[in-house]
Amino acid sequence: MDRTQFLIGLSIALFSLGLAGVIVRRNALVMLMCMELMVNAVVLSLVTVAARGQDAAGAAYVFLIFVVAAAEIAIAIPIVLLLARQRRSLDVGAYTALGG
Amino acid sequence: MSEAAFLYLFSAAAVAGALVMLVARHPMRVALGLIGTMLSLAGLYAVLGVHVIAVFQVLIYVGAVMVFMVFVIMLLDTRDPSFVARYSRLLLPGALAAAVLAALLGALLARRGPGVPWVPGAADFHLQPFSVAFLGRYWLHFELTSVLLVIVVVASIAVIKGRGGRDG
Repeated sequence: MDRTQFLIGLSIALFSLGLAGVIVRRNALVMLMCMELMVNAVVLSLVTVAARGQDAAGAAYVFLIFVVAAAEIAIAIPIVLLLARQRRSLDVGAYTALGG
Repeated sequence: MSEAAFLYLFSAAAVAGALVMLVARHPMRVALGLIGTMLSLAGLYAVLGVHVIAVFQVLIYVGAVMVFMVFVIMLLDTRDPSFVARYSRLLLPGALAAAVLAALLGALLARRGPGVPWVPGAADFHLQPFSVAFLGRYWLHFELTSVLLVIVVVASIAVIKGRGGRDG
């Protein structure tokens, strides 16, 4: 197994663990962090492929992904704060306003 | 070879951090597991020779995003039903779905055959060429990120102070 294959395999493992965390955990903040883990796994696969190239396009793209991920957290945390303030709970099972 | 040893060490640490995230009860421990995974990934990027991305990973993810997350965990009271019972009723289907996804992607990866051999240091782009390319060729993308960040600031204030909020 060469190094690229190993790193893509690691990325697959981290993505699957993050997906499992999003599905099985109940805490909204923990689910958010598991989504961050999935983003990190995707970035790892992107860096693995981009590190083979010669120009800085891959690094620029990774930087843009970092900014978008930071923006995602900055908009997700206020939503979680609002939900926690209204429902007095971080349990996603308590968020039944949509009838779920 | 020490480089390969570091590669496997950081990979094992990243997977261990992800496993801690799955089983830890307190959100703060989950956050620490995620921080460990992110630092291990930064170490992996450094081993790969992409030091710029390793620095960004530590500065932006660990330094900004996770510190924000840790503040929110300390702000919120975590003693609720999700603290007593960690897992939802989707525990078995969720674990099964993740295992099936990992198995399918792994089989796809193994079927690919021998890849192109790794060329060490083929693209060790450092800060200067990255900065020249980033502010030269990709200046429009850089400016668009600032627009995105302004939109996010406005949107988060709107979420907190909007009609759904109690007292802003």
